[in-house]
Amino acid sequence: MTTGTPPILEIRGLRKKFHDVEILRGIDLLVLPQELVFVIGPSGAGKSTLLRCCNRLEEPSAGSVQVGGVDITARSTDINAMRRQIGMVFQSFNLYPHMTALRNVTLALVKVLRKPRAEAERLGMAALDRVGLANKARSYPGELSGGQQQRVAIARALALEPKVMLFDEPTSALDPELVGSVLNVMRELKRGGMTMLVVSHEMRFARDAADRVIFMDHGLIVEEGPPQRIFSTPSEARTRAFIAELGR
Amino acid sequence: MEAIIQQFFNLAIMERALPLILSGLKQTILICVLVIPLGLAGGLACAILSLSRLRIARWAAVAGIDFFRAIPPLVLLIFIYAGLPFAGLRPSPMTAVAIAFFLNTSSYYGEIYRAGIESVGQGQWDAARSTGLRGYQTLAYIVLPQAVRNVLPDLVSNTVEVVKLTSIASVVALPELLYSADMARSVTFNSSPIVLAAAIYLVMLWPIVRLISRLERRVAA
Repeated sequence: MTTGTPPILEIRGLRKKFHDVEILRGIDLLVLPQELVFVIGPSGAGKSTLLRCCNRLEEPSAGSVQVGGVDITARSTDINAMRRQIGMVFQSFNLYPHMTALRNVTLALVKVLRKPRAEAERLGMAALDRVGLANKARSYPGELSGGQQQRVAIARALALEPKVMLFDEPTSALDPELVGSVLNVMRELKRGGMTMLVVSHEMRFARDAADRVIFMDHGLIVEEGPPQRIFSTPSEARTRAFIAELGR
Repeated sequence: MEAIIQQFFNLAIMERALPLILSGLKQTILICVLVIPLGLAGGLACAILSLSRLRIARWAAVAGIDFFRAIPPLVLLIFIYAGLPFAGLRPSPMTAVAIAFFLNTSSYYGEIYRAGIESVGQGQWDAARSTGLRGYQTLAYIVLPQAVRNVLPDLVSNTVEVVKLTSIASVVALPELLYSADMARSVTFNSSPIVLAAAIYLVMLWPIVRLISRLERRVAA
């Protein structure tokens, strides 16, 4: 990758142990500005844990994670201030069911960024507009389809203007016909220059949108490279076996 | 038949006892207005403590909740009213009632809140924390509103129990509804005032009991 531009996300020697099981066994990963990095691998490889360590939803056992040059694992770092710069989108959407779509988006603007309500609503509407759901601002999550809920969740993260966005299997809980709408939003984000780290198995999307694909297994990065190479001519046997399995 | 009506449903005696019983009702309502908010607040504090990251806080909350749920409230009340004077404190009947009910009902409400908070999935915490909300903000804006909605029938149900339990204040001579009715009974040598008091409890609580059924159906839906 190019040198010179400082990475947005810099992971060094990241390890995570749950009780006696080591889920991450030393991950090194740089994500450059505007890059879309895809993470694939079998379940249990540690992909979700890797993402959750990037905003300290999980506490890393060792190693460091820097976002925009700030070590978020350092004791002196205000993690809540850092988290609003790290957007996260979850497999199960996790919208707040007792709030409208707009309130879902504006809550952190008001309570974390201390924006006045009127400005928060303006920013919230703009974020909903970016995901094509300005007309659903007054709807509750229960009234929205899965795809719409996930797009509201993206807007919720987007409204805080994060430096990087983490996607944890954003389409795996969706019916097939709703996947496209969410991927389109992610494509738009990519076009707008958003830096993204995505755990997903949407291979077609990875082929045409990802800058790099990382294959993880048993808590380690097995290999990485441009999507064409990883998907067509992977160098590791484990990667080959996994890709073959996915393609079936 | 005539004798039964004379002894239990004597309207003339009920009418004579009415002013006394109404003043008792006022005391009962006063106790409720005092102890229900105290219990709801204390219960919330217990629940939050029991979910704390600090082991000692969790331990203290669990021990307190268990202890005061196991102690019969009547024993607790008599201990506070008759026992504290030996420690140099002389609580008024109302103070003793407030302390006993605070300790007893907080532990029950605390368990209900705790179940409610645990009924809200980890994903809600993750989502809120990932946007930079602090723990207490997540609790206040995201988790508690959902938790309370999930356990509303139990909260209301427990409140009905609290209202009924206020009748034990009669043992420390606090002239609430039951105490007043019993006084009227002993003066008139007739049970009709007790029947009247029972009717008042019923009229007060029956609508709330109906409400609980409806809430339960809504939560189940």
